Amino acid sequence: MQLALFILVAIFTIGGALGVVATRNVVHAALFLLLSLLGAAGAYLLLFAEFLALVQVLIYGGAITIVVLFAVMLTRSSEYPRITDNRQWPLAVVTAAVLAAVLGVAFWLAPEVSSQPQAPEFTGLAASLFTKWALPFEIASLVLLVALIGAIIIARAQTVGDAEDAPGRSEG
Amino acid sequence: MVPLLYFQLLGAALFGIGLYGVLARRSAVLIVLSIELMLNAVNINLIAAASYLNGIGRFDAFDGQIIAIFVITVAAAEVGLAFAIILRMYRNRGTVNVDEINLLKW
Repeated sequence: MQLALFILVAIFTIGGALGVVATRNVVHAALFLLLSLLGAAGAYLLLFAEFLALVQVLIYGGAITIVVLFAVMLTRSSEYPRITDNRQWPLAVVTAAVLAAVLGVAFWLAPEVSSQPQAPEFTGLAASLFTKWALPFEIASLVLLVALIGAIIIARAQTVGDAEDAPGRSEG
Repeated sequence: MVPLLYFQLLGAALFGIGLYGVLARRSAVLIVLSIELMLNAVNINLIAAASYLNGIGRFDAFDGQIIAIFVITVAAAEVGLAFAIILRMYRNRGTVNVDEINLLKW
């Protein structure tokens, strides 16, 4: 039963990922990514990480996919179909296959783990997060803040300062 | 029961597919999507290891899950910044094709 469920989520995850790298249509790629991420959320459920599955669906499924779709809509969509893969794609296939094979062999040769996944007491997550991992947690919030401010500054329209600079640059 | 190895192989395959996407794609948006795939592969491995190795040695089931939460946090920050840069790139250069962004290439 568990194996069947695992095969199902693996098909979703790998299939979605292949869709992301194979399709020409960027909107389809974003939706394939959503499929792959939901498959990964299913894998987390099989591993008794219910909170992570929830976070995965909320943040990836909700936020990131929407941001991707926004970005696709805001940049010219008519350009996308003519952007093909670059000429080195056979090399990319070889590189990716070799890396996956090396990783696979390393996992294969690793000492076998006989234990089974366990469902730990859920409250332990919060206790661990706010005691043992308190400092990284605070740093993560800072990272988010800095990234947010940086994104706003980078993406917003031309400022007054830029407009004043522009004529000077053209004269110079 | 599903052995740990299966989850690890799933993560390795996903990482390889993401790597292919990063290397072969030309559209900046698709490259960012492929990076998301790679981060996701790492998360699957972290959570699988955390879940199976709970209580063995110094491992705690939550260490892996919490690192995965941090990875998701950084991924969210990365996507926001990446698309801000892509929007700016598109406004300045009129394209999202990374092969045409060769301003720093001599």
